[in-house]
Amino acid sequence: MVPLLFLAQRLSAAVLALAVTVHLATILYAVRGGLTAGEILGRTHGNRAFFAFYALFVAAVAVHAPIGLRNVVREWTPWRGPALDVALAVFALSLLVLGLRAVFAVYAA
Amino acid sequence: MMRASHTQPGFLAALLHRLSGVALAIFLPLHFLALATALDGAAAFDSFLTATNTPFVKLTEGALVAALATHMSLGLRLLAIEFLNIRERTVAVLSGCAATVFAVALAFLLNAG
Amino acid sequence: MSAARDELRVEVWRGTDSGAFQAFGVPRRLNQTVLDVVTEIQRDQDPTLSYRFACRVGMCGSCAMVVNGRPRWTCRTRVSEAAGPDGALRLEPLRNFTVVKDLAVEMTRFFDKWEEAHGYFEPDARAGQDFAVVPPATPERRAADAAIECIGCGICYSACDVVAWDKDYLGPAALNRAWTLVNDVRDAGHDARLAAVSGDSGCQACHTHMSCTSFCPKAIAPTYSIAGLKRAMLGHALKRSRI
Repeated sequence: MVPLLFLAQRLSAAVLALAVTVHLATILYAVRGGLTAGEILGRTHGNRAFFAFYALFVAAVAVHAPIGLRNVVREWTPWRGPALDVALAVFALSLLVLGLRAVFAVYAA
Repeated sequence: MMRASHTQPGFLAALLHRLSGVALAIFLPLHFLALATALDGAAAFDSFLTATNTPFVKLTEGALVAALATHMSLGLRLLAIEFLNIRERTVAVLSGCAATVFAVALAFLLNAG
Repeated sequence: MSAARDELRVEVWRGTDSGAFQAFGVPRRLNQTVLDVVTEIQRDQDPTLSYRFACRVGMCGSCAMVVNGRPRWTCRTRVSEAAGPDGALRLEPLRNFTVVKDLAVEMTRFFDKWEEAHGYFEPDARAGQDFAVVPPATPERRAADAAIECIGCGICYSACDVVAWDKDYLGPAALNRAWTLVNDVRDAGHDARLAAVSGDSGCQACHTHMSCTSFCPKAIAPTYSIAGLKRAMLGHALKRSRI
């Protein structure tokens, strides 16, 4: 399992490298002169490409972050074992659900 | 006396990478919840954005943008070492990462209204 | 201002994992190494001091200990470089090892991990039939040769933060040795070896702090060997799950 976790984290990292670059560039561009809901929603509402991109972004984050945290917790705290893995799986699921909910929110608003 | 391993540039890189990752992992659920206020309509989303348009929040956002840029640039360095079999001049690479992060954070703070 | 002090103030760890530093004064001498200093203390001042050395010329790695916070070979460490003008030296046993006494540490677990990483050669059916032909310029042999000179001194292991954080982490030396064998075309233990380094405490636990590479007296770069192991591990895992 460990090699596959490692692979999943590195693969999601590669996906995120692209997604984060786009996201950062978009933020830097969009944030000029302040940011309103109207400006954000004007871009995201009904935009399918936006939805697909950010859904993929959320999925990659939901894979990447918990696996990274797993190393931190195992190395810096005494917590390890199946209980930790379950907790992190729950965290992954929460990120996925909250993230997709957020993407949907600005898509459908 | 600080142990020698903690004075190495590679350790600083790993520490920054780890701390920025943890910060992002904590921030993200909050970010998702904030965006989801749009579920209650554009007005609700707008009032949230207005309420959080304070200098303190802008500074925190700047820090998060810096954390994101830090985590990504140091992560790319790792991917290069692990998969492209690159042997690096560590200090030079880390200086490049720091410069990128600084530029991105500055661009955000200067532009953020 | 004034010339370097004529007497070194040397703080030496005494005891086991618990203990204290004991201070000694040792005359500063020309071309002195830290090993010279320890030896002078033990012979002339305190015969109860325990430390290790053997070749005293930078070939065996037995004299490794922490000098002013940094793991190094004391026979290859000049006092003039390590102590500085104030003449202060602090000598400690290697970190991440159990202390036997004073400056001597228990190396058993370190070498056990070599075995756990499958860091030993496994001959196949062809062994003994004829000489194995291994051209030195092949990529595999080059990769193995770059990492093969390890003499097991333990400095990398002492410097490694992940070893300090995870007692089971196999460590840079064991993983580096495993990498040389992954690249040994005569070896028959590839599957078992990659399985051995693919656990939670295997190669994936290396976070590229690169202290091992910084401090290795043989200029080996375990970081890059471990990066190679990560790639080999993934290739092996992908083949096995037939993705």
